[in-house]
Formats: sequence, C-alpha cells, structure tokens
Amino acid sequence: MNWQTLPQQLANGIFQGSIYALFALGYTLIFGVLDILNLAHAAIFMMTAVAAWYLIAGLGLNFVVALIIASIVGGLLGVLLDRVAFWRLRQQHAPHLSALISSIAMATIFEGMVVLLPTLGADADSRIIGADLHHFPAGSIPSGNLNFGTMLSLPPIKLLVLVVALLLMFGLQYMLRRTRLGREMRAVAESPKASALLGINIEAVFAKTFFIASALGGVAGVLYALTYNTLTSDMGNAVELKGLAAIILGGMGSIVGSVVGGFIIGLAEVLSIALGGSNWSDAVAFIVLFLMLLVRPNGLFGARATRTG
Amino acid sequence: MALLEVNDLAVSYGQIEAVKGVSFSVDEGQVVAIVGANGAGKTTIMNTISGLLRARRGQISFAGQDITHWPTHRIVAAGIVQVAEGRAILANMSVAENLALGLAAAGSRRHEGGPTIATMMERFPILGQRSGLPAGQLSGGEQQMLAIARALLAQPRLLLMDEPSMGLAPLLVKQVFAIIAALKAEGRTILLVEQNALKALKLADYAYVLERGRVALSGTGAELAGNQDVARAYLGGL
Ligand SMILES: Nc1ncnc2c1ncn2[C@@H]1O[C@H](COP(=O)(O)OP(=O)(O)OP(=O)(O)O)[C@@H](O)[C@H]1O
Ligand SMILES: [Mg+2]
Repeated sequence: MNWQTLPQQLANGIFQGSIYALFALGYTLIFGVLDILNLAHAAIFMMTAVAAWYLIAGLGLNFVVALIIASIVGGLLGVLLDRVAFWRLRQQHAPHLSALISSIAMATIFEGMVVLLPTLGADADSRIIGADLHHFPAGSIPSGNLNFGTMLSLPPIKLLVLVVALLLMFGLQYMLRRTRLGREMRAVAESPKASALLGINIEAVFAKTFFIASALGGVAGVLYALTYNTLTSDMGNAVELKGLAAIILGGMGSIVGSVVGGFIIGLAEVLSIALGGSNWSDAVAFIVLFLMLLVRPNGLFGARATRTG
Repeated sequence: MALLEVNDLAVSYGQIEAVKGVSFSVDEGQVVAIVGANGAGKTTIMNTISGLLRARRGQISFAGQDITHWPTHRIVAAGIVQVAEGRAILANMSVAENLALGLAAAGSRRHEGGPTIATMMERFPILGQRSGLPAGQLSGGEQQMLAIARALLAQPRLLLMDEPSMGLAPLLVKQVFAIIAALKAEGRTILLVEQNALKALKLADYAYVLERGRVALSGTGAELAGNQDVARAYLGGL
C-alpha cells in the first residue's frame, strides 16, 4: 500500500461510510420502533433518487431543492409502503416473517415500476428508464475538487454527504430523545399496547416513523446517485446488505450504532481495496461483521429495547 | 344516566367465547368492582372497554356516546384511562418520562389546577426520588405506584384498574388499597377488577361477580361481602 494515498483513502472510506450510515439510519429506525426488517428500504433509496433525477434533469431544478422535494417523495412512498405491505399484517398480528416477505415483494414491485417510467431528454429514444445507466445533466452537480494539501482532494458533494449524514444523525437522535413524537416512538417500540392505553395513536406513529425513515433512506439514495452521477433501477442492491451489516454491527435499533457501523463498513471496504484489491471489498464488510459479533454478539451499541407487550 | 354502560357484551378469542353477554353500569363518582376467578373474563371486559379488543356483540357507551367501535386512543381522549394488568409501565423509559406520557394523555381534558408531574411526585415521594431511573428498575410495588400516578396524570373521567394488587407482598397490597380508598374519597369514578375479592367488595359501592364469562351475582359491595354463598364460592381462602 502506498502511504501517500492513505489520507485520500481514509476520506473516501468516511464518505462511503456516510452513505451507508444515512441508509442505515432509516433502516434502524423502522427496526427499532416497528420491529420490522424493512427490505424495501433499498427500493425507496432508489425510487427517491429517480424522483430527484426527474426534478433535476426534467424540470431543471437546483440539486439542493431537488434533494428536499425528493426526500418528501421518499417519505410518502414509505407511508404508502406501510399501508400496502405492513398495515394489514399488523391488524392480523401476523408473524414477523410475513412482514419481511411482504417487504421483499414491495421492493420487487417498486423496482419493476421504475423500469416502466418514461425517460427524459437525451434518453428519449429508449423511452423507459429500464436497467440502463442514467446520468445527471452536466453542470447540475457542483464539480471541481477541494484540495487539502497535496495528499487529499475531495469533490464538494462528498463533503456535503458527510455533513448531511452527521446532521441528520444528530437531528434524529434529538427528535427521539427530546420531542413528543420521539417519546411516542420509543413508547410504541417498547409496548404498542401500553402506548395505546396512554392515548397514543399508534397508527399515526407508524406512519410518521415510515415517513421519516424513508425520507432519510431517500436522501441517502439521492446523494449516492449525485456523487457517482449514475442511476440504475438496481442501485439499492449495492447498499442494502452493507446497510444491514451496519445496523447489526451497531446493535439493531441503535441510532448512533448504525452510523458508527456505517462508517466502519465504509472504511473497511475502501481500505481493503487499497490493501488487497477490489475483489475482496464486498466480503470485507461481512468479515468485519462476523469478527465483531464473535466479540460482542449484541453489536457495538447493543441491548436494544425489547418488547414487553 | 350512568357514566359507563355495558350492554349484553360478548367477546371471543377465535372460537373461544370469553365474555358471554355481560351487562353492567358505572355511575359518576362510584367505585364498581368486578370479581371472579382466574379466566372468568375480567381482563377481557376491561380491554374491550379500552378498545384493545373488539366486541362480537353488544354495546359500550360512555357519557352518552356509543364507543363500542372507537379506537383506543380516542377512548383515552374521551377520558377512560386504564391501569392495565401486570403494571404496563414502559420499563426502558425513565420514571419521569412515563409520567410525562401520562400527562400528555390528558390532552384537551387537561384543566387548570389539575395534577402535574411535580404534584404527583409529592403524592408518591418514591417516584420523585427515582425520577431519572428506568422504570424497569423499580420494585413491583413502586411500578404499581408509577402506573397509578401515570393514569391520574391523564385526568381520567373513568379509571379502570385491572388487578392493581396482583403479585404484591401483603404490606404493598394494603398500600395499594389505601390509595384506591383515597381515590374513592376524592370522588373519582373507578371500575376495579380484583382477585383480592373481599378487599375489593369492602371498598366498592356496587359489585358484580363474574363466572365463566357471565354475571352470576350483583349487589352492593357490602351485600356481596356478607353473602355466605359468595364467601364460599368466590372468596374461598380469604
Ligand atoms: N389472547 C387470548 N387468546 C385466547 N384465549 C384467551 C386470551 N386471553 C384470554 N383468553 C381466555 O379468555 C378467558 C378469559 O380471560 P381473561 O384474561 O379475561 O380472564 P381474567 O378474569 O382476567 O383472569 P385472571 O384473573 O387470570 O386475570 C380465559 O378462559 C382465557 O383463557
Ligand atoms: Mg385478568
């Protein structure tokens, strides 16, 4: 390994990690509050990126404005997901496995729908988004590099990703600890029955949780697409397993844990490329996870709230 | 008109009919007890009033409104607050947060001069001393105090108490009944379910004996407590 490139590699790892962290935030929120492993989270990550692409490439919106609008779209898709995939199962007290399968079905449907969406501009002849690669129009994303000395240079968008990930993590943590909605979410996470008897509208809490979690996953998707300037209907697959590894590493349901887990996976992946080549990078995340769980079976910030009723 | 009226209520779990046409009422300012053996259907009735279970037949009306099909949060908003069986405190949340949830449950019913977290900690000093602890670290008796305090903060028009003395040591059972007696003296309306039947009957203005999902007997608390048949059949060891 070339030590000259170490700072650059670390920076790349942190950046990669912040994408995983952002993705894992929403993932862990749904798991922690609703006890659902939502395998459609990656599909919403992708759908929100597609929404941003329409806003930027189609309507010519500024990428920040598009990010905000698209994240709302992502949140609403999350509410829709809850109503279609989980609501009925919840009423019937269906086992967790049913919800898991249902979320996989929704993910497949979302991915199938995207392939049918009409395309725009330069891609007009192909008419559908399909599985093709799409790019954002030139000039829609800030370009150039910020240089820090001779050993480190970063595109501004990557810095933005890092800042957004940290801000949203602290924001989410604050919301959960200090606001009424956060308190209600924690109450529902612990006992839906006790929460209902305290006058909490559980269905409203579920809907809000899905909105927030999916908006977060959507932000991750938009930033991912912007940074790599690519958009495909299967872009969620790349982050799905890494995000899962991140939340298990962090201790299922822990907000801080999922972010730290995301950074560890991102760093391990990038450093493994630097050390041994890219063939290993996908395996490394899981080797780290495996070793970690041998030492701390509950994850780094484990002992998540267990349900009592 | 009674504050709570339950009319011909039937509730099933799948094929099992747990409550088979029960009628009773609770007047404003009354303490009404439902006593009966294990599995008689007491909790089922309480949870159906609270909207956690659905009636298969019959009506529940509260303050003149038919609440039979209302969701739980709306029933709580109307003023029916339950202290559930087995102390449904939120064990991972602090004592103070549990109380804050109770206060939030008062919602629009909250009025000037109503209880606050501070006044509740005065009434139950142990809760003040433990306010920062996760509620799960309290002893059984302390958890029951917390559950009662939390329900009072919600300013109930009707307080449902499902076996508040369950699983407590004799001294604590005495304490819990002293609290219920104090609530009665304040003029609160309470529907009390107890296996500790004699103690409950002595406190109650009116009581119902439930047997396998049906009302077997009813009368004033004093009548039932003095009734030889009741004593033999339902108050056995007490
Ligand atoms: N979730 C459930 N599924 C199936 N049957 C149930 C369920 N809950 C209660 N039952 C049955 O319904 C009947 C009434 O139960 P319920 O809990 O209302 O009794 P209870 O009077 O509260 O008893 P206890 O004094 O033990 O609390 C019992 O026969 C019980 O086995
Ligand atoms: Mg019971």
